[in-house]
Amino acid sequence: MTKRRRVLMKGNEAIAEAAIRASCDAYFGYPITPQAELFEWMARRMPEEGRVFVQAESELGAINMALGAAATGARVLVSSSGPGISLMGEAMSYLAGSELPVVVVDVMRGGPGLGSIGPSQSDYLLATKGHGHGDYRVPVLAPSSIAEAMELVATAFELAERYRTPVFILADGILGQAMEPVEQRYRDPPRSEAPWAVGGAAGRPPRVVRSLHLEPEALEAHNERLQAKYREIAGGEVRWAGERLDDADLAIVAYGTAARVARTAVARARAEGLRPGLFRPITLWPFPERELAEVASRVRGVLVVELSAGQMLEDVRLAVEGRLPVAFHGRTGGMVPTPDGVIDALRRLEARVRPAWTLPLVEAAALDRRPDPDTFSLFGDDAWRPLETTPRGER
Amino acid sequence: MERSVVFAGFGGQGLLFAGQVLAHAAVIDELEVLWIPSYGPEMRGGTASCTVIVGDEPIGSPVVDRVDVAVAMNPPSVAKFGRQVAPGGLLIANSSLVEEAYGRDDVEELQVPCTALAREAGDDRLVSLIALGALIARRPIVRPAAVRAAIRKVVAARQPDALRADLAAFAVGLRAGREPVRGRAAAPAPDAAR
Repeated sequence: MTKRRRVLMKGNEAIAEAAIRASCDAYFGYPITPQAELFEWMARRMPEEGRVFVQAESELGAINMALGAAATGARVLVSSSGPGISLMGEAMSYLAGSELPVVVVDVMRGGPGLGSIGPSQSDYLLATKGHGHGDYRVPVLAPSSIAEAMELVATAFELAERYRTPVFILADGILGQAMEPVEQRYRDPPRSEAPWAVGGAAGRPPRVVRSLHLEPEALEAHNERLQAKYREIAGGEVRWAGERLDDADLAIVAYGTAARVARTAVARARAEGLRPGLFRPITLWPFPERELAEVASRVRGVLVVELSAGQMLEDVRLAVEGRLPVAFHGRTGGMVPTPDGVIDALRRLEARVRPAWTLPLVEAAALDRRPDPDTFSLFGDDAWRPLETTPRGER
Repeated sequence: MERSVVFAGFGGQGLLFAGQVLAHAAVIDELEVLWIPSYGPEMRGGTASCTVIVGDEPIGSPVVDRVDVAVAMNPPSVAKFGRQVAPGGLLIANSSLVEEAYGRDDVEELQVPCTALAREAGDDRLVSLIALGALIARRPIVRPAAVRAAIRKVVAARQPDALRADLAAFAVGLRAGREPVRGRAAAPAPDAAR
């Protein structure tokens, strides 16, 4: 075994240190569990580095300070959890409209409302679909380990500056609170020249940072430019990871902590004779829909696992387009699905999608459904001829 | 192979610390590890617990259905985690505070008077390191030397004055684990132990 230089780091602290090593200039925040250690780490380390740390009077203050700092070309981090993130919705819309790069870390906790401080993935829809008003999208990165979270912090700053957009890092209470060994590999992305940055305009035309465009034609043109940018992001920035999908006949789709539970479930289920694989989106927006559709074309059923009542489930269903059953297993309120719970859900799905040729004759006939044409038939092509062979239009 | 340990007891008994020592020891032994605390309001005065999962491969699920070892330092923790121990697993109970055996015949029950031994070693807060010693004696998830190195690493950074007592407590626990004391021994009154 080669000696590796690894240190044990807490997720919240690793994210904070990764931002510092990525030359984050300013952090604005307000304390909230379960991201408190991120805030505390910044409170201690940012002044050490001679950079800006401000404990704002509220999350509203923090995100608007971030907007101001980003307008000057600074590299800015903000972090919070559900209740605070909700408060930031207005400013996220302004950041998107003003095209300012800010990285926002949401260490998700159970909701709605104050909910609980337990881990959750119930801000998926907020981050990928809504949050603030207006036609805008925000890249959303979902780490599944502490090492990956550190890497994605640098990626988030890159995306934010390349596309002049706020970027979400969607973590959860477990990822924030857990400790794992990590190699201290930090990345400091090259700086953008920040052609939006306001400041002294001597020798150049003045710049204006705003989201207000009162002329409908001007606002529509602005929106079309934003949409073109979002198409470019959707086309070029999709990230995902697959595990044991090559020979899988069932696919679990899960991100973040849920993907880790699913990984353990996949290993155990395979030992018990099932053949699941894991499809893990890393960008939640843009969602890896084409990639998932391709995987879905090779399996018989899809199981979505989340720490929510079923939010990413909607994107999975859109990607699968009704071509095969999509089942769901989730826990809410700070509860976490267990590997055995996932396996139970896999078994239920497997029973639903089991090809007809594996069933006894009578049962298969009673099912009255077309066997998978790619399925090998033990008894020749005619033995399991589907009961319905005539295209509906010809009846 | 993954092995999971839950450390549970009163806040102030040093359970999260003992879990972190085990996690650091796993890193020293070049293993994969995940440490996760229960970070709820129970940390503020009531029971505290953390789970440590050690393995040869990167750790998958951060939550476990069943634990291989439960270190339960007070009665509520025995009640809560005793049933979560996997068959063939190990339950270490603090016999200074827990009067009766939990009574499962499919797990190994080890009763160590951790509070009494900690008091002998000089500090009630050493309870969890004594339990960790007993744990490593029965289930060598990591090497004892790695635990000692981890204690030096963690304690030297925070409370160098406590290092000698912490190492001694771990040694006491190792001995207690190798020659388990069945039943209660020299237990102080539970109230005093809190």
